[in-house]
Amino acid sequence: MKKVRNVIGIAIVAIAGFFMVAADHIDAPDVQGGTSDITDFYAFQGANTDNMVFVANVQGLLSPSATGAAAFDENVLIEFNIDNTGDNVEDLVIQAIPRDGKMYFFGPVAPSSTGLNSTIQINATAGGVVDITPYNANEIIATNGGMTFFAGPRDDPFFMDFAQYSEIIAGNATSFNDPGADTFAGTNVMSVIVEVPKSMIGGSGTINTWVEAKRK
Amino acid sequence: MKNIKILAVLAVAFVAFNCSDDDNDIMQPDPVDFSGTYAQKDQMGRPAVNTVFVSSDSKDMFNVTVPSAQNTAFQSMFQTNLTGLSPAFANDGDTNALGQDAATFTGLLATDVLNVSLDGTTTFYDGTNVLTGRALADDVITVELLLIFGGEDFSENPGLSDDHVDANDKPFLASFPYLASPW
Repeated sequence: MKKVRNVIGIAIVAIAGFFMVAADHIDAPDVQGGTSDITDFYAFQGANTDNMVFVANVQGLLSPSATGAAAFDENVLIEFNIDNTGDNVEDLVIQAIPRDGKMYFFGPVAPSSTGLNSTIQINATAGGVVDITPYNANEIIATNGGMTFFAGPRDDPFFMDFAQYSEIIAGNATSFNDPGADTFAGTNVMSVIVEVPKSMIGGSGTINTWVEAKRK
Repeated sequence: MKNIKILAVLAVAFVAFNCSDDDNDIMQPDPVDFSGTYAQKDQMGRPAVNTVFVSSDSKDMFNVTVPSAQNTAFQSMFQTNLTGLSPAFANDGDTNALGQDAATFTGLLATDVLNVSLDGTTTFYDGTNVLTGRALADDVITVELLLIFGGEDFSENPGLSDDHVDANDKPFLASFPYLASPW
């Protein structure tokens, strides 16, 4: 246990002033809590099993009272990266960028360059656009070319007893509680969700995928 | 005034239909400025990896290291932090329930991408399938705690290997957009 405390303790001290850190919520000093802070990433087979769903959440820990004022940042590009050749370099990207109340999606498309800097692939033949769903409105969903799109506030799907985790790290507890308490209960995130035919991202086999937030 | 409104409506209609009436389906977002270069600030593949395994002074660097370069840059740090963190990896030869020793486990984690199967079940871990995706209901934290603290048969350090929060606070939807409506 001592070792546990020492190592996690070192990692946590630097961020102790911030309320929480979890799946990727508030993971690093440069992005914590800002509009480019990715909180979570999911990739799973759709209800239509011919499709794959990608979910990127940003701006975690929004209380209901803060959610109405939350907005996507027009200077922040959310980019889903897909490697379907096994080298952990993106072969395809799906880009999501907000403009004037709408979320524009470009791709899946081969990026003009891989790596840390991106330009928006406006000539992509695949993509679409969806009105960003306002808080307390029914979800607005758009489809185009076999893809389905959503952007707006959702319940944070992440769950964890982060408070007790913090107590363990702080040396105030030696184990989790049973039952635990979901520290993320009752909080929202800003979600970007896209469902895409598997045929557009490789068809079969295994892909390696990750999400990036990039700022202009 | 009325003419202006009509013109505005026509302009909106033009923009709105621009994506669908094109015969080769190419987006024509002319009215909107998408120019410029976007520089990376954050990235994420698997849940909690940066949080747990990257030392505090390296977290920003981890976020701007491309996945193909992460293993070389970070595997050693991951292994040091894992063996320091978990009594289940304190001794040579210790493995997790996947049979991975510290070097193998951190070699997998240091390249922070989510491996996703296009051929069937997509789950972080469901008892059978391992790292074939990440579904909303996957209890990824308990899986990671088990793999970090649970030892060879998930029986070690039971107080640390499960946070006993097993599900979300709102049910997920069976169809798009899958995530529950906001609070």
